[in-house]
Amino acid sequence: MTLLDVQDLSVMFTQRGREDVRAVDGVSFDVSAGEVVGLVGESGCGKSVTSLALMGLLPEKGVKVSGRADFDGTNLLGVDQRTMRDLRGRELGMIFQDPLSSLNPVVAIGKQVTEVLARHRGLSGDAAAKEAEHLLDRVGIPDPRRRLKEYPHQLSGGMRQRALIAMAVACRPRLLIADEPTTALDVTIQAQILELLKELVHQDGTALIMITHDLGVVAGLCDRINVLYAGRVVESAARRPLFAEPTHPYTRGLLGSIPRLDSVRGEPLNPIPGSVRDLLPWVEGCAFAPRCERVIEACVEAPPALIGGSHQYRCVNPVLGRSAGPEHLLEQE
Amino acid sequence: MFRFIVRRLLQLIPTLLGLSLLLFVWLHRLPGGPETALLGERGTPETRAMIRRQLGLDQPLWVQYGRFMKRLLRGDFGSSIDTKQPVLDEFLARFPGTVELTVAALIFAIGIGIPLGYLAARRRAGWLDNLSVGGSLVAVCVPIFFLGYLVKQLFAVKLGWFPPTGRQDVTIDATRVTGFYVLDGMLTGEFDAAWNAIMHLILPGLTLASIPLAIIVRITRASVLEVLGEDYVRTARAKGLTERRIRGRHVLRNAMLPVVTVLGLLTGGLLSGAVLTETVFAFTGIGHFIRQAIDNRDYPVMMGFIMIIAVIYVLVNLLVDLSYSLIDPRVRVR
Ligand SMILES: Nc1ncnc2c1ncn2[C@@H]1O[C@H](COP(=O)(O)OP(=O)(O)O)[C@@H](O)[C@H]1O
Ligand SMILES: [Mg+2]
Repeated sequence: MTLLDVQDLSVMFTQRGREDVRAVDGVSFDVSAGEVVGLVGESGCGKSVTSLALMGLLPEKGVKVSGRADFDGTNLLGVDQRTMRDLRGRELGMIFQDPLSSLNPVVAIGKQVTEVLARHRGLSGDAAAKEAEHLLDRVGIPDPRRRLKEYPHQLSGGMRQRALIAMAVACRPRLLIADEPTTALDVTIQAQILELLKELVHQDGTALIMITHDLGVVAGLCDRINVLYAGRVVESAARRPLFAEPTHPYTRGLLGSIPRLDSVRGEPLNPIPGSVRDLLPWVEGCAFAPRCERVIEACVEAPPALIGGSHQYRCVNPVLGRSAGPEHLLEQE
Repeated sequence: MFRFIVRRLLQLIPTLLGLSLLLFVWLHRLPGGPETALLGERGTPETRAMIRRQLGLDQPLWVQYGRFMKRLLRGDFGSSIDTKQPVLDEFLARFPGTVELTVAALIFAIGIGIPLGYLAARRRAGWLDNLSVGGSLVAVCVPIFFLGYLVKQLFAVKLGWFPPTGRQDVTIDATRVTGFYVLDGMLTGEFDAAWNAIMHLILPGLTLASIPLAIIVRITRASVLEVLGEDYVRTARAKGLTERRIRGRHVLRNAMLPVVTVLGLLTGGLLSGAVLTETVFAFTGIGHFIRQAIDNRDYPVMMGFIMIIAVIYVLVNLLVDLSYSLIDPRVRVR
């Protein structure tokens, strides 16, 4: 059953004296209850803006949002602030990239957990404290009762992210959005946090939108993956076909830049040449064309459309057939 | 916490020592001396030399400084050359007025500055914002002497809303306990006397508050704007908290941190500004006495005044650091 249906989401930043920036450009995807969906792409491709648009957290001024995002019959992009405030924290939870700056440095962890319980579940006093303790325990924070009284700077990076996760899942939201939840953490901690998220959404039946620039992160977690480039979905498929037969050259490039456990240390990875900064908007042709090794004339004649059935891609010269290499990632499950 | 306070108070000692030495030398090097003030034009070279000898001013500077320090260690600031009274007694009689005025100015500066700066930030580029930014510029530029005069002419002389001069109407027969007239009125239950003293504080207090008020408005505004863009405010929004909660718990407290820091720095300027303000409003604080001491080269009074200001300044900043650590757990003092 579809829980969230995003249709043609576009976000444009308009600023006086500057050219408009189209950060998200007609993105569509859907998320079913209990499903884990990945949004993957290099930094700057519009992942965070997409998630903030869904949460209604974009600044009010200088931003134009269009499209629909039907969440259980409510268009998140069309409702008033009040309704949105009631949904946020209760039905929609969000986890951010940098746990240190995302926690208020002068408010105790306990307060930051109980305030969401007070807001949406009407808990206060001892009941709230007890529930907060239980939540911290649930996200794997040892000695939760003591931690409640502590401040963010007293916790390690991993513990801070766990605390943020506790706040996001405190009211058992039906949809959780995690925006690069492991990017700011040590590699060893990253795996633990991913494991925790996996466990939580599995236990609660929560749908999860997992945002990352690292395909390695989504490999063991996501049911379906959307690859974004310059604000558009360039490939969308279930996990297995995406890893087995990456069709868009950009997806291939992303897969090629994942470090293998057995690769020789110090050996350069295989990053995609160029950067998103080189991109052209999607008006004259494919935005990835300047960086693409498979570029042909058709690529720069018109922007390609998203084609295909359950495995969609936006490319006129796709790579068809199995890829060699990245499937080892799937074995991590 | 206790050790922190003790350490800070101990740090006072070298500060005061250095300051006293520097000022002692500096003041005594100023041209002229107390004998000119005492004798005026009548003095012959002989009488001048005699007075200098009587006051010990003919001794080498380091001997004079030694005497000064020796007395100071016993808590004796010496006697005023002008009034012959002990410096400390003179101060105790006059300082309450100045402190009262300074506190009034602080209350105005904080009580008006923080809400105004906050509202200006919330309605950025609105009329209130533009008004407060422009107004604070004017406040910083207009000399306090001039501003005081304008305020007095308009609100006291012309409109008659407030008394133009003094600390309390002379017709009021108030009991003196501490020398702080407002406090005295509260303590003795003579509330009309306290109210009268408060009315006398409004115009000089506002005048003195003008510069710190302007600074606080701008700092608060900038600080609130910065905090509103912080990640943790976004987290608070993501929790669905009401705007009121977000402002009260997540924005204001963080935004206060730079304001508190600046408050400590402003206090020093406030005390010297008080001296000027008192002159305009014939407010009997330390101001008139100090101006006279400077004119007369009344060395003990000048030294004592500066030392006391230094002590107050250090104490206020200690207070600021303590309150800072109360707001921000990251700088808990040890
Ligand atoms: N407030 C803003 N004003 C203008 N442009 C913005 C703003 N926020 C993001 N952008 C632009 O939108 C694009 C996508 O940003 P973002 O979604 O943060 O990327 P990422 O995929 O790394 O999360 C970027 O090119 C960025 O410059
Ligand atoms: Mg991002």
